Amino acid sequence: MSIEVAGVSKRFGDFVALDDVSVTIPSGQLTALLGPSGGGKSTLLRIIAGLESSDTGTIHIEGTEATHLPAQKRNVGFVFQHYAAFKHMSVAKNVAFGLEIRRRPKNEVRARVDELLRLVHLQQFAHRLPAQLSGGQRQRMALARALAVEPTVLLLDEPFGALDAKVRKELRDWLRRLHDEVHVTTVFVTHDQEEALEVADEIVVINEGRIEQVGTPDQLYDEPANDFVMSFLGPVTRLDGELVRPHDLDVLDHDRVLGATPGTVTRVVRVGFEVRLAVRTAVEPDVSVVLTRAEARGLGVDVGSPVWLVPTRGATTVPVMPRATAG
Amino acid sequence: MVRTPAPLRWLLRVVTIGYLFMLIAWPVSLVVRTTFEGGLANLQTALSDPEVVHALQMTGIVAGVAVVANLLFGVGISLLLVRYEFPGKRVLSTLIDVPLSVSPVVVGLALLLVYNSRDGWLGRPLDAAGLQVIFATPGMVMATVFVALPLVIREVVPVLEEVGDEQEQAARSLGANGVQTFWRVTLPSIKWAVVYGVVLSLARSLGEFGAVKIVSGNVVEKTQTTTLVVEQTYQNFEQGTAYAAAFLLAFASVLCIVIVSILRPKDPA
Repeated sequence: MSIEVAGVSKRFGDFVALDDVSVTIPSGQLTALLGPSGGGKSTLLRIIAGLESSDTGTIHIEGTEATHLPAQKRNVGFVFQHYAAFKHMSVAKNVAFGLEIRRRPKNEVRARVDELLRLVHLQQFAHRLPAQLSGGQRQRMALARALAVEPTVLLLDEPFGALDAKVRKELRDWLRRLHDEVHVTTVFVTHDQEEALEVADEIVVINEGRIEQVGTPDQLYDEPANDFVMSFLGPVTRLDGELVRPHDLDVLDHDRVLGATPGTVTRVVRVGFEVRLAVRTAVEPDVSVVLTRAEARGLGVDVGSPVWLVPTRGATTVPVMPRATAG
Repeated sequence: MVRTPAPLRWLLRVVTIGYLFMLIAWPVSLVVRTTFEGGLANLQTALSDPEVVHALQMTGIVAGVAVVANLLFGVGISLLLVRYEFPGKRVLSTLIDVPLSVSPVVVGLALLLVYNSRDGWLGRPLDAAGLQVIFATPGMVMATVFVALPLVIREVVPVLEEVGDEQEQAARSLGANGVQTFWRVTLPSIKWAVVYGVVLSLARSLGEFGAVKIVSGNVVEKTQTTTLVVEQTYQNFEQGTAYAAAFLLAFASVLCIVIVSILRPKDPA
């Protein structure tokens, strides 16, 4: 059930946007398509919505074969990064659009629009034009508009990408709460790993047109399938040919722990509660380590101090794959 | 911003205003003055002349049909040019500008060659089917459509490009079909560009002379439009009537532009 993508490929000229992608997106959950820009995640979302056609492969939405259905017959709600507000219509008219297309009775439309505007906290702006709203308000209006038609799935393409950091954070929390209320199967595209980790039930990591990993935020963070997923989800550093997170390294001032790597501190930067060290070892010139201020003080480290590094017990490490362009 | 020194600023203003005055305002105002020199006499003479009245009607019909044709064709071609990719798109886009660069007289001759009923490639079969194109209203409409063809397209295309297709995609995803999307989303967002295009086409169609003169044959009370009547009456030393008809032409065009600038919202959102 849910959204099933099977063997979907898409090329734009010579550029391969999606390369034989298959994935199942579970019903009723909030799923993030996460990946770097140009990795194909928006293309996949647009193919699910029917706004783009795939070269090969099939799409099923809640059991219905949708591969060749035009966008208007798929019953999906789509929210665009730049809102795509109908500029000549009031907020209420925007939200009512899908219902009027479906020729619902006037009083039903009015009641539903009222209900949705309350849901997105825009009831006092019903008669304004989109140009008179802030970015965050416009995006909430776009969301209400998409929800009005009771879509089978709600698709959001970088929904908070055009907003400033503070509004972005607010809307992110709000989307999570809204989803807990509405429970419609929701897929959103983002390149911001923090956004995905915080909001999503399930994350699909997409890079260079392929799916790197599918899993819950914890699975992805604790058991990354490869070095790409590990380094995309947060800062990493390299120690003895393995990727490890800088805050998962123990810094010792003695060599009594078996397997600890000796090195010399080459740089110390203090930022708020953190102390960031750069350590030169025999193999790697620049291992980065993050300590709390108290830990750093306890160790008494400074530039030139000899230290020994070892991953903390329980730290996630991933061997660095010998890729063509390993970096 | 760098401030221009005051004397230079004044010089620029005087040059601009002087230029516009000598070239446009003064000559046109003279037409108006000459028309009303003897009060309303010139206009009354002109309007009681059946030749002039027929020509005014003819202009109305020809310009009206031409504007409708250019409106439908123009909006359609604009959508095609902006929203679709196809081979030959750039050639089409260039071709649309041809009427702006080719003299209307040439247009008239070209139509004559194709549609004349004696040896025209298309004219003979059409004539056999009972449709006379040249020296009749269809040919005049065609000539007028030709010369005013790019005006709607050149107004609408940049606006369509600026608006983008996200709103249309949103409408599609909300369940609207192509026709609904066009009427509810696309057309409202290009409304003012269309209106401007229509006004410019109308003004251009009312004033067309060269092409129409050739294809119409200039037959009095049959295929004579107002511009042709102006020329003829002027050459026949009926200056009063000529000026009155010219005034009516200019007045109709100016009226269109004034009405649009009043209707148009101050802040085009």
